Formats: sequence, structure tokens, C-alpha cells
Amino acid sequence: MESGLILKSISFSYSNHWNLDGISFGIQKGEIVGMIGPNGSGKSTLLRIMDGLIRADTGEVLLMNRPISSYRRHEIAKQIAMVPQESIFRFNFSVLEVVLMGRFAHRGLFPFEEKEDLEIARESMLRTGTLDLARRSIHELSGGEKQRVLIARALTQKAQFILLDEPTSQLDIRHKVEIFELILSLVQAQGFGVMVVSHDISLAAQYCNRMLLLNKGRMHRIGSPAEVVTTDTIREVYQCPVLVDKNPITQTPRVTVLAKRTAADIAI
Amino acid sequence: MRGARDQLVTPMRVVSIGIILSVVLVAVAFISLSMGPAEVSMGTILGWCAGMGSVDQTTSMILADIRLPRILLAGLVGFTLSLGGVVFQALLRNPLAEPFILGVSSGAAIGAIGGIVLGLGFSVGVPMLSFISAMATILLVIGISSRHGGLESSTLLLTGVIVNAFFTAVIMFFIATASDSRLHSMLFWLYGDLSQSKYIQFSVCLPLVLIVSGVIYFFSRHLNLIVGGEEPALQMGVEVEIVKWIAFIGISLVTGVVVAFSGIIGFVGLIVPHLMRMMLGPDHRLLIPASALGGAIFLVAADTVARMIISPSELPVGVITAFLGAPFFIYLLKKRGSRWNQD
Repeated sequence: MESGLILKSISFSYSNHWNLDGISFGIQKGEIVGMIGPNGSGKSTLLRIMDGLIRADTGEVLLMNRPISSYRRHEIAKQIAMVPQESIFRFNFSVLEVVLMGRFAHRGLFPFEEKEDLEIARESMLRTGTLDLARRSIHELSGGEKQRVLIARALTQKAQFILLDEPTSQLDIRHKVEIFELILSLVQAQGFGVMVVSHDISLAAQYCNRMLLLNKGRMHRIGSPAEVVTTDTIREVYQCPVLVDKNPITQTPRVTVLAKRTAADIAI
Repeated sequence: MRGARDQLVTPMRVVSIGIILSVVLVAVAFISLSMGPAEVSMGTILGWCAGMGSVDQTTSMILADIRLPRILLAGLVGFTLSLGGVVFQALLRNPLAEPFILGVSSGAAIGAIGGIVLGLGFSVGVPMLSFISAMATILLVIGISSRHGGLESSTLLLTGVIVNAFFTAVIMFFIATASDSRLHSMLFWLYGDLSQSKYIQFSVCLPLVLIVSGVIYFFSRHLNLIVGGEEPALQMGVEVEIVKWIAFIGISLVTGVVVAFSGIIGFVGLIVPHLMRMMLGPDHRLLIPASALGGAIFLVAADTVARMIISPSELPVGVITAFLGAPFFIYLLKKRGSRWNQD
């Protein structure tokens, strides 16, 4: 169980409000782990610690049994790819150029792409359904298209682990499902280990093998979606009246947010 | 829309565009060589270059001692300022960043004036101080304008304006206290002046500029990623801090030296990279050499205009670049607003 991306009693003091503390878990190849929690509970920070972008105050992140701090950036890039929450491109790069940027860590001193890079980019775009966007400017894309392009870029890194920071937050329901389907198909086909931060709890519960509920920088619960997503846990952590029942089709937990008035009526 | 430039940057493309621009540069240089109060025909110039034909003493002197050093320095200065513009725009992720607008040129000028006042030598001491104060200015401007670890476009530009205003006042103080005989040349120098060009300046600048642009070019792919954000770049394997420091130091070095010799020439680093980006796309592997060569062409042409336009008097070349650059800046600001999502 030690071969994946492992966090060992991580703590990190962020601001005066709260600290990340006592974070220990790992993700293995071939599984999708969902990270949920209220705004400001430390999800993005934790993701950045997992990628070695920020160093934890105490504890360590182990990547394939080695502390992540012992890796150079380009070595990490070959192991972990990250899909950021939003990416702002100030300049007018084409989709293909953006996707090829993922090959950076694999290129040596010669600054130009080789045939192999183009093939990998092509394959990544094929898998994410972005091949016909190749020549478009990154600025012309819709939110869903852009997100898929960023996933394609992550794929060209040929990493073992992919971390996604709220990839569905800007999308409508159809595109949310598309992104989760894409993640699932990639994990099934290529055996990535995936960690995905999401506010779409019910949807994430249908796709994730495990979920981690974060509250004010601490792990509130980790386990199967049914263990983590319950009326009690969600109500306690989000401070909001909810009803969690089972989705009758998939049997995964389903979260219904209740209007304050309804909640008062039924005395929750 | 990207139109005709939606092809990837390949070594072939970089080399061929490099050759085309170099040919244009040489052509513009020859035209510039022929122009001036004393017209020299192109045939005479070609003959003079080849060491053939009969060229009288005076013509030979005009070409060799007055026009040629000036053209060479103009090309190198334009090359450097435009390179500085591209690199600042990439590192600060802001298409309006440029050595002059950010106050770096006037910062370098303060150093140069300080060097003159202290009586340092013009080939090492003055450029050295100029470099140090250019570097300090960059750090100052970035330090003032960064908030929450990010650099916001309007804050950055505003900081540049303020720093510029302050430094200009300091320079004015020095000029006011200078003896009258030096006043005129200092005022010209303040607006960017190439009339005092000498071969020695060119030969001091050339190796520095070549080394720095080589190093910068090595990082062109890194800059492509940094443009998309520092954290994504880090995540994809770029050692962002190292690249940033090397680039800032390199650009301060060459900008500082160039300002010491040519004064404050604004907007070159804004106009040329912008046009090149529109024509050739944002990939720095092509954009860097194209902008640098384009900057050389632009400044040689602008300096020729500065020599000719009110002949037999001359204008400082910075007047010409500002005439073109300031409206261009306003046009960009109007067209894009302050959000800068579009190229």
C-alpha cells in the first residue's frame, strides 16, 4: 500500500483562521478519490501540498516511497499532473500549443517538439474529445471545452496521478457528467490514481471509490461514499440543512439541500 | 482568430523568419547609411563596403565615423529594448509591460547619471551603475505592485508611472545642477539620443546582448509556460523562480547598459513585440528572435527619421518612438480594457 501518493500527518498553517492538521491518507493507482468540504476548508491547499507546490510545515508527502521534497519539479511533473481550477491565458495560444505544454518535463535541452510529442498530444486530445479544437484559440473555447483541453494537457504529462481542482464548478449538469465520465474512462483505460475536488457531492459519490470530507483543515471522515456522505456528516460540516438518502438507481448517497423554511417545518 | 499563423513553431520556421528579418534589417541599414544632409548614393555605399570604387575622404568619414556607428548602436539598442519588452511581458503576464513603461529605463538613467556625477568611466563604471539601478527598479516596481503574491495589471502600470515620475524629477534635479555646457546633451540623452554613438559602445554592448539573448532564448519554452501562470508552470516542471531571476538579471543588465549609451528610448519594447505577436503568434521560441530583430529594424528606421525630419537639425530618437508609441499604447488600452484576456 506504500507505492502511491501518500500523505503522512501533514500540517500546514495557512492564515490566522485555521491550519491543515493531522492529514494522513493516500491515493493508489486505479482509484478515484473525491475530496469534498466547505469553501475554505483547505481543499485546494491540500491539493497543492500533494503536488509539492507548497511544503507542509510538518509531516511528509511520499511519492512512490520517496519524499516529494526530494524531487525536482520536472521529475514531479512526470508523476503528478494537476488540472487547475481555472487557467487564464493572457496570450493567444492555440489549443494544440496549450496541450503540448504538458510535454515540457519530457523534453531535454532541445526546445522544439518532436514527433513523439505530437503523437502523444494527438492521442490525449483524441481521448478527451478535443482533437477537432486543435487549431482554435484557447480564448474561443467554452468552459467545458477548456476544462477538457486542460485535462488533455495533463494527460500529455504521462503522469501516474492526476489531481483535479473543482473541474466541474463552472459547468452545467451535462458537462459535469461528461467530465466525470472522462475521468472514469481514463482511470479504467490507463490506471491513473485520481484525486478530484468537487462540490457536486451526489455526482462525485457515483464516480469515486473513496471520498475525503475536509472540515476546517482537518479530515472529518474518509471512506466509501456511503460512509462519508451521510445526513449527519454533511449537516455538521456544511452547517446547512440537508437530507442524504440513497439514489434509487445507483444506490450511492444523494444529497438534497433543504430550504431553511422546509427544514424548520419538519424540525430538522 | 489565428488565421494564417495556426502552425506550430518549428526550427525551420524560426530560421526562415530570422533570415527574412535579418535581410530587412541589412536593407534598412543600407538605406539609413545613404540618408543624411549629405546624400550618398547606394552605389557609392556598396562600393565603399566592398572596399572598391573611389570614395572621397569626406564621404568615407561621414559613413565610417558618423553614420555607421550610429546605425550599429541603434540596431543593438532596438534589439535589446524589444527583447526586454517580450521578456517583461511574459514574466509579468502583462502585454503592456516594457522597460520604459515600468520605469526601468529611467531607473537605469538615474544610475548612469550617478555614474557621470561620480566621474566613473563611460565604458564600464557608468553602465555598471546603470545595470544595478535598473535591477533595483525592477525589484522596487514588482515589490510595490504585488499583492497577495499576484501582480495586477493596473497596479503594475500605475507603479511604473509613479516610479517614472519620481525618477524623472531626480534626473531633472541633476540636470538643473549641471553646468550649462552639459545641459543640452543631457536633455537630449533624456529623450533617447543616438547622435553620440561610437564603435566602443557597440563593442561593449554586443557581447553582453549576445550572451543574454542566448540565455533568454534557451528559456523561451519556459516562458511559454510561465505566461499561463506561475503555478501551472511549476506544476508542469518549470523551475519558475530560477527562470525569473535569470531573466530579470539578464534584462536589467542589457537594458542598463543600453540606457547608459542611448538614454531613455520608450515604447520600442511595446510596439514591436505586439506587432510580432499579432503576426507570428505568442510562442516565445519564435517571438523572441522576431521581436529582437524587429526592434533593431524599428529603431534604425526611427533614428533615420529622427536625423532627417527637421534636417539639418536633429531630434532625439525617443521623440519619434514616443510619437508612435504613446498613441499605440492608448489604442491598446482602449481596445483591450484592463483585462488582457485577448492577444
